[in-house]
Order: sequence, then structure tokens, then C-alpha cells
Amino acid sequence: MTNSDFILEMVNVSKTFPGVKALDQVNLSIRKGSIHALMGENGAGKSTLMKILYGLYTPDEGGDVFFNGQPFTPKAPIDAIRTGLAMVPQEISPSANLSVAANFFLGREIKKGILIDQAAMNEQTNKVLEELGIPMKVETLMQDVSVAKAQLLAIATAVSYEAKLIIMDEPTTALTESEVHQLYRIVKKVQERGIAIIYISHKLGEVFELSDEVSVIRDGQYIGTKKTTDITKEELINMMVGREMDEMFQREDVVIGETLLEVKHLSLPGKFEDINFTVRKGEIFGIAGLVGAGRSEVVEAIFGYKAAESGDIYLHGEKIDIRKPADAIQHRIGFVTEDRKLTGLMLNMSVTDNMIMPELLPYEKHHLISEELASDVANSMKDQLRIKTPTVDTIIGNLSGGNQQKVLIARWLLLEPEILILDEPTKGIDIGAKAEIYKLIVELARLGKAIIIVSSEMLELLSLSDRIMVMSEGREVGIIDREEATQEIILDMAAGGDVPSHDSTIQEETTSQCKTEGMTS
Amino acid sequence: MIKSANNSMRKTSYTEILNKYGMLLILILLFSALSLKIDGFASFRNIFSILEQVSMFGIIAIGVTFAIVTGGIDLSSGAVVALASVVGASIVTGTEGYGMTIFAFGAAMFVGSICGLINGTITAYGRIPPFIATLGMMTMARGVAQLVSNGRPVDASSDAFTSIGDSAIFGVPSLVIIYVLVAVTCHIMMSRMSFGRHVFAIGGNVNTAKICGVNVEITLLKVYILAGALAGLAGAMLTSRAYAGNPTFGNMWELDAIAAAVIGGTSLAGGVGSVPMCIVGALIIGVMNKGLNMLGVDPYWQQIIKGMIIIGAVLLDAQKRKKA
Repeated sequence: MTNSDFILEMVNVSKTFPGVKALDQVNLSIRKGSIHALMGENGAGKSTLMKILYGLYTPDEGGDVFFNGQPFTPKAPIDAIRTGLAMVPQEISPSANLSVAANFFLGREIKKGILIDQAAMNEQTNKVLEELGIPMKVETLMQDVSVAKAQLLAIATAVSYEAKLIIMDEPTTALTESEVHQLYRIVKKVQERGIAIIYISHKLGEVFELSDEVSVIRDGQYIGTKKTTDITKEELINMMVGREMDEMFQREDVVIGETLLEVKHLSLPGKFEDINFTVRKGEIFGIAGLVGAGRSEVVEAIFGYKAAESGDIYLHGEKIDIRKPADAIQHRIGFVTEDRKLTGLMLNMSVTDNMIMPELLPYEKHHLISEELASDVANSMKDQLRIKTPTVDTIIGNLSGGNQQKVLIARWLLLEPEILILDEPTKGIDIGAKAEIYKLIVELARLGKAIIIVSSEMLELLSLSDRIMVMSEGREVGIIDREEATQEIILDMAAGGDVPSHDSTIQEETTSQCKTEGMTS
Repeated sequence: MIKSANNSMRKTSYTEILNKYGMLLILILLFSALSLKIDGFASFRNIFSILEQVSMFGIIAIGVTFAIVTGGIDLSSGAVVALASVVGASIVTGTEGYGMTIFAFGAAMFVGSICGLINGTITAYGRIPPFIATLGMMTMARGVAQLVSNGRPVDASSDAFTSIGDSAIFGVPSLVIIYVLVAVTCHIMMSRMSFGRHVFAIGGNVNTAKICGVNVEITLLKVYILAGALAGLAGAMLTSRAYAGNPTFGNMWELDAIAAAVIGGTSLAGGVGSVPMCIVGALIIGVMNKGLNMLGVDPYWQQIIKGMIIIGAVLLDAQKRKKA
């Protein structure tokens, strides 16, 4: 069963969450001292897999995990670390008010008697940093250290735990080009010490640059493992994309009517500048851009959640003043936000309550809310959108992501909106539910609603939108028609018009899998 | 698919019933046990005596429940009771007739509302955590009560005024009737009116509430004003029953009120709670107080037992949450 060549072996590992099989019989073997890339789209199950290894999730019965040939069942991160497995998370959260050395030794401070031995800690931190070639002053406060450096420090910390295997979760997400190269160098140095690395990434370029082997997970299933030298980019893309490429959503055309919404010179300093566009009845208007380009901020401003500082919004040719969400609601604008948990759901309240919240008045009889009326309306929405829930009184937290999203869309449909804004409408929901939501969006357009969609999924934007506005660093780069829009053009514009790097043609083909934020290397 | 949906539905409703009525069951068990042990515990006289005790901090607990459901807290209610009692007593002392009585009750509630308005303003517009805002108010209201009364009890001898605390209608003490009226009104407000939904929405997810167009600041303001007014009402009730206002009244009542809310299943995380369950929580405390007294349990031990029950209730709540 076990093989001494491997530091880690996962055999038939599954993980089921209520309503979702996040991992289905996954196998993964990592050779000692190798860099092993793990690829797959968001929601493919990479994070779940890593959380199992780090003791944050318990896998379903029936699978086995071996670390260095020994059965491995961590109950908490500390178990994993003690066994020799360390993790560098995607978003590191160091204690900003402590020094580099203090962060390095956090939780395992060197002591002299009962006092902390700062000098020894500084010295040892310095030693490890120097060995790995990370230039950093150990006395610096963490708040003055760049994200890239913090990332490198996290790697150094993992090394100092004497880890035999380090998991790096998309370490280059927040880094600039030159910082990425520095990171590569350090990753190689770590490998030279005989430490194996699981390198999670979306980016083809860095997988080929760094890794010895690559494994692909798709929809919770293990697709395969290949030597990086034995596989072409095209083959790897095929593994990742699978059949999905052929199943790009085909929308039908809808008659587009008069101009409904006009946005002129909308600005919020530091977030976005001089945004201009119009949306017509029945039109689906996409907004593309990299994460941090200011897309969500623009739609939040239109809805009044975080109002713009200057610029005008016209509805039916008349200027409207939107300072707060209540104003937008009054003008029949609906807004399905990006983060369901943070700004969408009231998790411990019922499906009905979640649906009716923006406008309670229609459910009132003599100033009292009629439960019966509210339930009736919620039930009809449940049938209409085919929301899978035992009853409309069920607490919404018990529903799957896709059904929660449908409830949130229903919430705004009950408002009978003229304009519906959807920010990442299919984030973290399964493929079946995605297709249903796409159909629903097109259906709403047919009913003459103006739809604005913000999305990081290229394929989603390309297949749904009539026109796409591309943003880069808070600026509007341009608006392109559906017929002209291709992955390459949008990426080009999103990157601020820079010449795409050499593997951009490959990236173009990975449309359905790679999110735009992963496409910039 | 349909079968599994049905199964999960049955399972949910079963646990839901236990979650919903578990504390009611405990109240009934507690009452039955004490009735068996103590002669006359189940008598009307004793029951009304318990209800009368409960009515005052029970009314406070209702206001506090609103605050807790928004994800906040009100620590000032005990001190507001003292301030309202002193103000109410100063007004009625030496007067006659129900006009002045009504005025005194109104003034007590008004003073409470002002305290609540300040709490709410600091919380909603100053963005100071309600724990701190109401902690400050707790000390200030007590201080003002001492100032107004010179630190001494204020006579409230007015036949009309004190009759509120003494009288009974069809054998039911007036204070209990007031409690019932307040509870019914607040229950309707919380469960059936937009205001109540907004209170839950804020506690459920304040960002979502904003996105849904809820005026969070105004709603919070109303909640703290309501909590203050109810504390003022409780102060007037206590004064009419004691024939005097006293700046030391209501000491630690805020904690009994919070305990009643929490024992009744109101979640300190916000978004969960109800008036009926808050009453059950208050009754559990009331029955326990009376029972332990009649059993002659050492008052020090009574405090220890009460503390354990509060912690037990919160533990139970946390356990439920973990499962869900």
C-alpha cells in the first residue's frame, strides 16, 4: 500500500458536505522532494483536499492518507505541523503589530527562564532568512512588510518547522511580476533542502516553470497525475477543462429595447474613475476585469451601498439620486451581491424572511405582516425558480449554495426590478445550478429587464453578455460588443492594454476553467 | 429525492420543537418538582406572587431581548429603573388622583426613553459598541438617580399611585396585567411588524439589512428607546409597589433581564429570540428564586445555582448552533 518514494499518499479520499460531494475518491501521491502542482478551478475541491491534510476537515470513512509511509489522520493543524506538513495559505494574516522575528516564532517563542529571548529569536530568524536568500530586516514591524515579503516569511516559517512537505496555496495571486520571480527562486531553494511542495495554482505558466509533476482535480474528482516534462500545455488544458468546453452555455437572443440606465462620469476616488455606460431594456451588460479592478465597487455605487462621490445616474432619461440602498430599491433596482455570506444571507433566518426583506409592505395587512401571504409568495417563487428546500420556513443556512443563490435572486425578483445587478452570480455553486441561473438571467432579459453582470468567469461573461465593459485599475478601458468579444481581447484590456505574455494563446483556450485573475502571468 | 426531503423535514421539525419548547419543558418540570416538594407552591396565591416578582424584571427582559436580537445589549436597564423610580416618586409624592399617577408613569417611561435615546444614538451614529454605550449609561443613570434623590429614598405616598402596585383585577395583580399587556404588544411588534423584521435582519446580518434598504440607524434607535421606556415602566411599577422611589432600586436587574432573555434562547450573536421565550426565561428565574427561598436554601448558594443555570443555558445554545 505504501511506497517509500512518496512523502504523501492519499487513497480514495472523499469528503461530503450536506448536499454536496466536495471530493469523490481522490488519489494523490507526492514524491519526496518534488514540486507537485495541483490544478483545478475554484470549487474543484483543491481547498477541501488541503484542509483535510491540514487537519481542518475530517474526510469521509473509507479513504486512507499516509505521510512518510505512516497513516496520517491530523485532528488539528498542530498535528500536521508536528508530523512535518506545513501550509502557506493563500491569504496570510500575520500579526501586523509584531516584528518579523516575533511572527516567525509566534507560538514557539525562544525563552530565557520565563522571559522571551528576543536576541536569540532575531538571530535565528535572520539565519533562516539568509539561508533562503530572503532579504528582510527581522526587527521590522509586520505592518511595514509587503504582501510578497510576508508570503516569503510564511514559507521560511514553514521551512523552520522542519516540514517535509509544504503546501503553497496560490502563492502568486497578490504578487507582481518581479516578486513572482523572487518567489520561484525561493521555492526552488526550499526544494533543494529536500522538502516536497504541493503548489496549488491556476496559472499554466508557473506550473510548467516550477513543477516536477502535476495533478488535476475537476468537480471533486481526481483526473490524473502527469510528469510535467511528459505533458504539453494542450494536454493539461484538456485534463482541466474536460467535456465542459463543448458545453458552453448557448443563450438565445432577446429583443433589446430603449435605454434604461445611463451612468455618466461616475467616480469614487481610490476605487474607480470616470465610468460611463448605458444599459438598455432586455440587455445583459457584462463587466469584466481583474480582481481589484473596481468592478464590484462600481455596481455597489450604482446601488448606493457605497455611494460614488461624483457622477450622475439616469433612469429612463431622468437623473436619479442614489445615496443609499433604500433609494435604489425605490427605483426598482435589485442587487445580488458578490459575497453571499457577508452581504447576502441572513443565515439563521427562514427562506421566506430572506426573500421578503427588501419590501415588507406588500405582505402587510393592517400594519401586521401576514405570514400566510408571505409564505404563499415565497412558495410561488420556490416553484418558479425550482428552489430545493423542504419548506419555505426552513432556515436558509441549511440550503446548498446554488439554492441559496436562487433565494437571493428571488428576493430581488419579488421587487419586480427594472434593473437587476448580479455580482459573481455563480460563485461557488455547482454546474447544474449554474446552468439554471444562466437560463433565468436570459429569461429576465426577455421580460425586458436590464441586467448587469460582474463576473470573473470569462466564459460566463462571453456567453451571457450583449456587451462587455472591461475595467482595469479603476478605469474603464472600453466596451465591446458580443460579436467582437474574445477572451484574448478582454484579457488584453483587463491587463491595462499590456502585450499579453507568451502563453496567452494557451490561456485563451482555458476559458471555462481559468478565472480572469489567474490569467495575468 | 422526495423521500429524503421528507425525512429531513421530519428531522428538522423534531429538533426544532425541542429547541423551541425545551425551556418550556424545563420550566414545567421545575415547577412540578417544587410543587411536590413544597406545600402550597402550586397555590394561586403563590403563583401570583411569583408572577408579580417576575413582572418587573420580565418587562425589562423584553426590552433587552430586542437589543440582543439586533446583536446588541442593554446593561443600563437596572440603573434606569432606579432613575425612573426616583423621578416617578418625586412627582406623585403627596398628590392624589389618577391623573398624577398616569403622569408619573409617563414621566418614568419618558426618562427611560431619554436614556435609551442616548444609548441608541451613541450605538447607531457614534458606532460605539452597545456594551460600552450602555455600560456608561448604567453608571450615569445611577449617578443621576442619586443626585436627584440626594441618595435617599423618595416617598411615593399617593393612594392612587400605590394602588397600582397593590390592586388586583379578578384576583390577578395589576402588575401582572401590565406585564401581559406589554408582552402581547411587544410580541406582535417583534413577530408581525416591519420593525420587528428589521430588528431580526440587523441581528441576522447587518450588511444584508443595509442592502435590503433597512434603515439600520433608525431601527437601532427605536430598539434602545423601547428598552429604555420599558425599564422606566418597570421602575414606576416597582415604586408603586414599594411606596417609594429609591436610587438603589434595580441593582443587578439588568443581569436578571439578560439572563431571562438568554435562558429563553435569545442568541447573544443576534438574529434569534422571541418575547414568549423571554417570558419563559423570566419565569424560570422567578420560580427558581421563589422555590429556593421557600426551601430555605442559603442565599449565597442561590446565587451560585442561578449562575450555573445561566451558563448552562448558553452552553446549550452554543451546542445547538454547532450541530446546525
